[in-house]
Amino acid sequence: MNNFMHLLFSTDFAFSVLRVMTPILFAALGALISNKAGIVNIGLEGTMLVAALTGVITSAYSGSAWVGLLCAVLSGVIIAALLGFFTLKFKTHIILGGIAVNMFASGGTVFILYLVSGDKGASTSLKSGVLPNLHIPLIQDIPVLGPILSGHNVLTYVSLVAVAGLYYLLAKTPLGLQIRAVGENPKAAQSVGVKVNRIQFISLLISGFFASLGGAYMSMGYLSLFTRDMTAGRGWIGIAAEAVGRSTTIGTFLSALLFGAADALANALQILKLPAELIGTTPYIVTVIALMVYAISESKKKKRKLTKAKLKETKSS
Amino acid sequence: MFKAKHFEKIRTLAVILISLLLTFVIIAFVSDNPLYTIAVFLFEPISSVSHIGNVVEMAIPLMFTGLSVVLLFRTNMFNLGAEGIFYFAGIVASTIAIHVTMSAWFHPILAILAGAITGALLSAIPGILKAKWNVNELVTSLMFNSILFGIGLYFLNYKLRDPQAFANSSYKMQPSALLHNLIPGTRIHTGLILVIISIIVVHYFVYRTKWGYELRMTGSNRSFAEYSGINTTKVIIIVHLIAGFLAGMGGSVEVLGMYTRFQWTALPGYGLDGALVALLAKNNPLSVIGAALFLAYIRIGANQMSILSDVPSEMISIIQAVIILLISAEQFLKFWKTRMLLKEAGIRE
Repeated sequence: MNNFMHLLFSTDFAFSVLRVMTPILFAALGALISNKAGIVNIGLEGTMLVAALTGVITSAYSGSAWVGLLCAVLSGVIIAALLGFFTLKFKTHIILGGIAVNMFASGGTVFILYLVSGDKGASTSLKSGVLPNLHIPLIQDIPVLGPILSGHNVLTYVSLVAVAGLYYLLAKTPLGLQIRAVGENPKAAQSVGVKVNRIQFISLLISGFFASLGGAYMSMGYLSLFTRDMTAGRGWIGIAAEAVGRSTTIGTFLSALLFGAADALANALQILKLPAELIGTTPYIVTVIALMVYAISESKKKKRKLTKAKLKETKSS
Repeated sequence: MFKAKHFEKIRTLAVILISLLLTFVIIAFVSDNPLYTIAVFLFEPISSVSHIGNVVEMAIPLMFTGLSVVLLFRTNMFNLGAEGIFYFAGIVASTIAIHVTMSAWFHPILAILAGAITGALLSAIPGILKAKWNVNELVTSLMFNSILFGIGLYFLNYKLRDPQAFANSSYKMQPSALLHNLIPGTRIHTGLILVIISIIVVHYFVYRTKWGYELRMTGSNRSFAEYSGINTTKVIIIVHLIAGFLAGMGGSVEVLGMYTRFQWTALPGYGLDGALVALLAKNNPLSVIGAALFLAYIRIGANQMSILSDVPSEMISIIQAVIILLISAEQFLKFWKTRMLLKEAGIRE
């Protein structure tokens, strides 16, 4: 137990929070941008998985991790484009479309992995690339903060920059305004000349872009290979993080950090020699509890508003 | 020849044909001997009594989870929790089958009931969260799948595991608990009767009772149902209870009917397939039978294909994704329906 407390308050633990937060944050940002446009992309989990595999295969064949990253992103955007095509053009129900993407990904990646490497479990036989870790010159010398913030995978920093970028995009650019308008009320947006379908399509593409970065991180940063179903629900946890973060960029970031901490805690708890099966459920339990607390407080707020409105009505009459 | 009112059926057929064509295209790319592989995929499932038996055996759990998901989808609940419940109910049923001694008649009944009731209670949690506070049931149910799997695996590894067995499997279940074989030469078990009865009961429930009406109303428009005096909170919770009961029954029946030890060290996947069955069945309880048989057929075909040829069975998930995308695509082939309607009305384009 002593050991455990020691670990919990070490810089290593804080470092690992950022490390495990990265894929969740990417997924949460993907969920955020699509939800802002009023189109719920639940295919994030599958998109991540496809991108993770694409990154491994293309980096193995090209010999460059950066080519792998590029192809991974491309694959994620293509998946998002397909999903967008079916939901916006053919009017496939968006939830079912997302389920289809996830189903395709969990079996399709194994299928392709087998064709490429002859193995159904992991890509051990492929010499795939790994994206570099960055040591930031000045920051790494600061005591305590240095070892926490420096030395992460390049995509971890990208995810942090992406938070700022997405905040700017949504709050300050014309596209962001259009996205928010479409999400708030598509008919009103259409009436002032916003092309709703196009905006939703663009949001889906950006959403796929973020998810694929998360996937690439999983197989080329977090681990250095692809394993079957390696995203392990992180796409879903990202969706939950977006909801708990009340669909704001900062809130989404903070709740992704919280889920990252839960994930890191689950890893740290393993030194207590508790059964791994039970500890593995921690991130999911935390997700359910956080969603519950969020939803209960939300519905209480609604009720309060309703009663206030009723009080006003009775007073005025 | 084609009537507009049959459009949905025609479209479902068209989707199945397209997906089969896509299967052939993929096989042609991947296989060294495409024609042989396609023949294996298409005809191996009906090549012998035991293979036909395999199809029916696989259709039984698919019918259970499909039926469970039909009820949820009908109420407009996107809950995919059947997966974890199916697994966990299997653990519960096998625990009773291992540790309780009873006469041969009551033993399976008790085990199945225990699994089903556990399923109902577990399913009620996301249901209550959704009905009372509008917690997203899709995310909670998927999280519950992972949680139930973790807890179930813990029980398997620490409580039920037989140290003398070679693999990670439980002690042998007592023979009195196992389900009887129905047709010699196959492994088709009495679970088939149970699932057919369940389907008929659910069909009656959905279309012939007041509750079923309330369920369908809540599904088409919850606010409207609420305004017209239906207690939608209650409806949603009841639907979750029944759906969990069915999924739990499916898991218990599968374990008692097909195995002598509990040995799932991964989620078996029947819960998610249930969503596909429900879609193919157009959320109609009776159609679940045909949809489950179709899915089981292409599954067995794919399994045989991976055994007898060089194409892995995971190919089937690509086909399944295409089926989901096209089946639920409202606009797909819509132009055809419009043309049919115009023709019937006697209007020339």
